[in-house]
Amino acid sequence: MFSASRLLFSCTLAAGTLAPAAPISLRVCADPNNLPYSNAQKQGFENEMAAMIGKDIGAHVSYFWYPQRGAFFRKTLGSGACNVVMGVPEGLDETTTTRPYYRSSYVFVSRHDRDLRIHSFDDPRLRRLRVGVHVLGDADRSSPPVEALLSRGLAHNLVGYNIFGNLAEANPPSDLIRAVSNKQVDVAIAWGPLAGYFSRDSATPLDITPIAADPSNPTLPLSFDIAIGVRPGNYQLRDRLNEELSRRAPEIHDLLRAYGIPQMDLSAPAAGGTK
Amino acid sequence: MDRVNIAKAVLGGVGTAAMVIALHAGLPLLAAQNGGKTASGGTMDVPGALPGIHAVAPLADGQWTTPAGDYGNLRFSPLSQIDTKNVQNLHVVSTMSTGIPHGHEGQPLVVNNTLYVVTPYPNNLIALDLTKPGFPQKWIYRPNPNSQSVGVACCDIVNRGASYADGKIIYNLLDAHTVAVDATSGHEVWRTEVGDIKYGETTTMAPLVVKNVVLVGDSGGELGVRGKLTALDVDTGKILWRAFSTGSDADVLIGPNFKPFYPKDRGKDLGVTSWTPGQWKLGGGTIWGWVSYDPTLDLIYYGTGNPGVWSPDMRPGDNKWSITIWARNPETGQAKWAYQVVPHDAWDYDEIMENVLIDMPWHGQTRKLLLHPGRTGFMFVLDRETGEVLSAEKYEPANWANSYNLKTGLPDIDPDKRTHIGHYTTDICPSSTGAKDYIPSSFDPRTGYLYIPAHNTCMDYKGSKVNYIAGTPYLGASVRMYPGPGGYQGELVAWDVANAKKVWTVKDPDLPVYCGVLSTGGDVVFYGTMEGWFRAVDAHSGKILWQFKTASGIVGDPMTFLGPDGKQYVAIYSGVGGWMGATALPAISNDDPYAALGVVGAMKDIKAKTQPGDLLYVFGL
Repeated sequence: MFSASRLLFSCTLAAGTLAPAAPISLRVCADPNNLPYSNAQKQGFENEMAAMIGKDIGAHVSYFWYPQRGAFFRKTLGSGACNVVMGVPEGLDETTTTRPYYRSSYVFVSRHDRDLRIHSFDDPRLRRLRVGVHVLGDADRSSPPVEALLSRGLAHNLVGYNIFGNLAEANPPSDLIRAVSNKQVDVAIAWGPLAGYFSRDSATPLDITPIAADPSNPTLPLSFDIAIGVRPGNYQLRDRLNEELSRRAPEIHDLLRAYGIPQMDLSAPAAGGTK
Repeated sequence: MDRVNIAKAVLGGVGTAAMVIALHAGLPLLAAQNGGKTASGGTMDVPGALPGIHAVAPLADGQWTTPAGDYGNLRFSPLSQIDTKNVQNLHVVSTMSTGIPHGHEGQPLVVNNTLYVVTPYPNNLIALDLTKPGFPQKWIYRPNPNSQSVGVACCDIVNRGASYADGKIIYNLLDAHTVAVDATSGHEVWRTEVGDIKYGETTTMAPLVVKNVVLVGDSGGELGVRGKLTALDVDTGKILWRAFSTGSDADVLIGPNFKPFYPKDRGKDLGVTSWTPGQWKLGGGTIWGWVSYDPTLDLIYYGTGNPGVWSPDMRPGDNKWSITIWARNPETGQAKWAYQVVPHDAWDYDEIMENVLIDMPWHGQTRKLLLHPGRTGFMFVLDRETGEVLSAEKYEPANWANSYNLKTGLPDIDPDKRTHIGHYTTDICPSSTGAKDYIPSSFDPRTGYLYIPAHNTCMDYKGSKVNYIAGTPYLGASVRMYPGPGGYQGELVAWDVANAKKVWTVKDPDLPVYCGVLSTGGDVVFYGTMEGWFRAVDAHSGKILWQFKTASGIVGDPMTFLGPDGKQYVAIYSGVGGWMGATALPAISNDDPYAALGVVGAMKDIKAKTQPGDLLYVFGL
């Protein structure tokens, strides 16, 4: 799947340079309350990216706001309310995805003053610590790091935080990072962009340690390539966006760095591809 | 169509004493206008009932004032004008569009010559005048619930109906509020917040009113909501008590009177200790089905949903009190007994199903029974005084457990059918939709049969699909559902309760039966199909006597009433939707077998068979 889409990408990119670009509008479906990605005040890095790309390609940018829950893709791209979702894992079934524009990983988060420096699921100290994790709800199961901890018999150490949190608060998933600051948990395991952004702004200094792999389960994905999602089969828009992502790669990299997003090299072929 | 003329045309010799009943204005709650005489102790004899069978009094006879028509949730009406001989003359008397093409679950009410319809979100209440031809609208009440609730509801924006009490129509709004509306004027009397949509809590179930107490459960177990039953004062809407489904005994309203039948359900603070530390706070056990009431024992009965956090490996322990049948005092909320049907659920077998209350001979002795056709595929018969399981037999293919041990109350689970993170588990029957969903069955005291709207789907769990939620990517397990053994997808089952066996079935090869059932004194059983057929079948044989193709798939519950003209009518909603039916709605692609929590795989034909609808149908002779 991965290599096939790569091949397709390079072919269509070549074709795209020959024909004049048709006028495009970017109708963006986004969560109105989920920094660092997006919010209704357009303060997220995905909002900034959409504005930049829209300007580049002369597209009008409009928003359809919808909380990113279980039915998000059905009710947004699926219903025709919009034509792009600015951040999705590459290869997500519900979308056709562009080339990835960043790669990040799950990370350990702990208070700097604790000096824990945990970087492995096999660290024996985990057995006596409270480990905060997101609970994903719905029909889905658990995040990959939770799977790694459960396989080590650490169910009793887990403290679940509902990823949907309190809708009335700003950026509900950030509960998990605050739980580290205020000592509800000793360590949290969170997706890198969330952890990077909120630890950067935290009054309590926090340490972030990327999780490279699970030594006892090398195929467990802990890092993911993130791309832009368009409606399934909308190759024209995908190709146009691919051109922009290539051209603007340095600016996008800097933008994400400014938001504190931990970035890895794209598409490391090692353990944990996204498919 | 002029229904007065229709009524004249069919005035024939079909009368019984039960049907010649005048309707009175200003009837109190569940006025005793039943055809049978009330026996001592809150039960009644039903005309033509099998020897020794007594129903919780009164039954729905003429009006329909509670969600099921009666406290015992029989969904049986002694009305007998429509019978096996004349049912083929049934035809449409009136239709009404609600204008909201989403799942129309539940059933209307009929009180004082007025028919009341609660719509899906935005949960309007529409009153129709039964005294005038075509049943014109008297008024419409628009509660304007918080639109955020649409984004948090898991499975379409449904509502399962209202209760009538004390001159008020009382029902739930999707945004976790209960409202009481003056049944005459359509003006709001009170509105009470019973949950918090900020945390994904919604309300879709139909409340039951017992004495002065309105009983309301919640939805949202998929989102980690902590389930609870809330009791409100019928006059003011003030909250009287709350019984949580997880947490300490104080929170769960377990006190000195709590006497569970099985040792496995005894112990202090099991709602805390049967979880890993703190996990009970996201523990699920929501209450989105039906509540029953036995006035003699003065106990309410209801079931709780699946435990929160779907991954069973993340919550070692029994996860009490998820998937539990409860008996409680309605005024204090204090628990009398509890029976956890499935400890440590791994399959999403919510047991929020209806609990059907009937007194009948059981192995030579009259007992107060509670019938619970489980999502698990097992038909449970409990002693409702004690919570003892008297019988648990499979009524649809089920392989997650071999059987139930009646001495311990525990299922004999097949370990190969337990789902685990990272494991590929195949051929689990029934699927997460269960052998039935909340769709209510009906018990007919004249046949001794429980008519069960059943599914037959199995599922595979596999763990390799990239998912994304709230800005977080991960590999989630996928659930794929498909028709179970026998190849059919759904059937109406007539279950002989005394002999614990299937008597007859009406099979649907392509779709689950996702419509409630009504049985009647005319030996006619009504139900519908997701394709849109509304059917009358012979209560004894299952023979289809009459059917009518409605505009959309049926996921509501039939009910029957006497019009002001003294004639019997039958009403049903036609509007596909809900969890399984939502796959017929436009925003869901049926190319993806894992969409809509996996049910698309079992429902792939539905878009070719039906389209969304929004209709009420009323049929008469």
